[in-house]
Amino acid sequence: MSSVIRVENLGKKYTLRHQQREQYTAMRDVIADGFKSFARRLIHPFQFPTESGPSSEDFWALKDVTFDVKQGDRIGIIGRNGAGKSTLLKILSRITEPTTGRVRIKGRVASLLEVGTGFHPELTGRENIFLNGAILGMGRAEIRKKFDEIVDFAEIEKFLDTPVKRYSSGMYVRLAFAVAAHLEPEILIVDEVLAVGDAQFQKKCLGKMEDVSAKEGRTVLFVSHNMGAIRTLCNFSILISDGRLHISGSTEQIINAYYNNPGIGLKSDRIISERPQSAVAGKSFYIARAVISRLDCQEYKEIRFGDSISIRVDLSGCPTTRYSLEFYIYNEQGILVFVGASGPHHGQYFNPDIHSVNIEIGPLTLTSGMYSIKLSAAEGLSRVDTWDNAQEFTIIECLPFETSWNIPANREGICVVNNTFRPQSSEA
Amino acid sequence: MNDDFDLIIEPGGGIRRYWRDLWKYRELFFFLAWRDILVRYKQTVIGIAWSVIRPLLTMIVFSIVFGALAGLPSNGVPYPIMVYAAMLPWQFFANSLSESSNSLIDNANLLTKVYFPRLIVPAGSVIVSLVDFFISLVILFGVMAWYRYLPDVRMLLLPFFLVLAFLASFGAGLWLSALNVKYRDFRYVVPFLVQFGLYISPVGFSSAIVPEKWRMLYFLNPMVGVIDGFRWAILGDAFPVYWPGLALSACFTLLMFIGGLLYFRNMERSFADVI
Repeated sequence: MSSVIRVENLGKKYTLRHQQREQYTAMRDVIADGFKSFARRLIHPFQFPTESGPSSEDFWALKDVTFDVKQGDRIGIIGRNGAGKSTLLKILSRITEPTTGRVRIKGRVASLLEVGTGFHPELTGRENIFLNGAILGMGRAEIRKKFDEIVDFAEIEKFLDTPVKRYSSGMYVRLAFAVAAHLEPEILIVDEVLAVGDAQFQKKCLGKMEDVSAKEGRTVLFVSHNMGAIRTLCNFSILISDGRLHISGSTEQIINAYYNNPGIGLKSDRIISERPQSAVAGKSFYIARAVISRLDCQEYKEIRFGDSISIRVDLSGCPTTRYSLEFYIYNEQGILVFVGASGPHHGQYFNPDIHSVNIEIGPLTLTSGMYSIKLSAAEGLSRVDTWDNAQEFTIIECLPFETSWNIPANREGICVVNNTFRPQSSEA
Repeated sequence: MNDDFDLIIEPGGGIRRYWRDLWKYRELFFFLAWRDILVRYKQTVIGIAWSVIRPLLTMIVFSIVFGALAGLPSNGVPYPIMVYAAMLPWQFFANSLSESSNSLIDNANLLTKVYFPRLIVPAGSVIVSLVDFFISLVILFGVMAWYRYLPDVRMLLLPFFLVLAFLASFGAGLWLSALNVKYRDFRYVVPFLVQFGLYISPVGFSSAIVPEKWRMLYFLNPMVGVIDGFRWAILGDAFPVYWPGLALSACFTLLMFIGGLLYFRNMERSFADVI
């Protein structure tokens, strides 16, 4: 079959500015910098303007990416956070321009990088369907034709004329996804949008997307951290790491590579996670580092159901009194799964001269999926430092029982508790 | 082989496609304008009446301050009509400017998630102001009927001056919206500009009170030409147009519009990265 997307040597460079706090340039700075360099030249007229330390740095979010997509392919794009997946999608959907390379596309493209882009809270559900449809590239006639279907899919008939600001978050997401699911482009580009919404609806959406691509020969590019979703939906996958295309092949093969090559897949380099200096400026006592490993093997290996993990927490500065530590484990939906606290749970407070604490957690009875760890430190009763998303880990497999049924996250709960089914004889 | 593909994404590419895309995305343009109009008066008690009350009140205040208190001449025309004829284009210009300068930032979530020619965002803001303009125009006819003031055939030239006002508003809007993405200073510059502009443009008074030797300089303000044109078209010979000045104003407006368009196109590529 013929190629519908051909990507050649694609690259995107960003210039990172250091020592700049503001997110946007203010003209005051531009003018001030201009004056400064002008003054410097007045004072030292024969000196070439030299940089005093690198104030900016080039960063290639994407480099030399080349691949081909055939019509009807469903391609999963896998890679850890910051690998360049989203940049790739942004270039393919023409939101940002590439710095080098070329992409050629055949057919109408619709991209879904966010659920409910352009929804206006003051407008009613009906009005938002039209608005969002137009934003995603549907014509008015097309939206009108599919209107009933969309409303049906979202299950919001009763609230069609209510402003969406009064919707529950579930309804909001359902409506937003319903509009998107009824797009009929030849090529559909989807970013991590299924991470929202309840499990039931997620399943429905996956089903719809599968339908659309399998039956109608539509091409889909799909980014997700949810390997289950990629496995169900995609027949081919590509693995991106550090802005480069690492390997491509069948989905099964790529997912295996992702799990088993710490260097490119899971965040093995984030076994050690360092706190950025900017986050702790001005604090006299803070968590500086978090090192994660599997309890039985000193280095990061894939974690399965039943394994235990260890987190070494290094602290900097000096607390004024004895302190305690807490950890919070969140799942992909941001739901707090469980908490551990040295103070209230164990009555443990650490002396100010202790700067490193090992937290051992497990055995983990969690379902497969990604989890993030939040750490915080408290002096006495007051929390002095909190580090969101300090570490992450993935339970790649959840096979608690004899059968080989891998219990997926979300769809079958967040944890597994031992259970037994005992048949009772019917004599009594 | 390239002919097989509908879309080629390259660094710096797609200039020719742009104008075709602009036409392709016209529906989105109408939807965005429609959204802004719908949203505008949601959750207000008197709703659309605001677009009637605002210009009416301003007219009354100006008539009292400049006409009754300061005693400025109105060449035999009822002072409120003279003020209103000028306020019509000025309000349009001022509204367009404040709306369009913030339009890109207000729609930042769209800009970073969806592709469309970005030009339709500030253009949409100007169109929304144009709707207000037409509401105000109807009020003008009401005020003229109240004073039993009859316009002549020159009224038919009004669309020409409206086009001039549109170019001035859109041109300035393009500059400010693009600059605002990069330098947020313009968020503070625009309200000042609008307030200041009201007093240096001949809204509350007639441009005839400006001394002869400064006249040409005065017309460098693009809105002076537009306002004088409006007065002449609506009120007739009581307010003769200084034609060389008007020509200068028009040229300057055109220049600003084309410059704005080029600047906007040039900046547009990096909007998603810097916003």
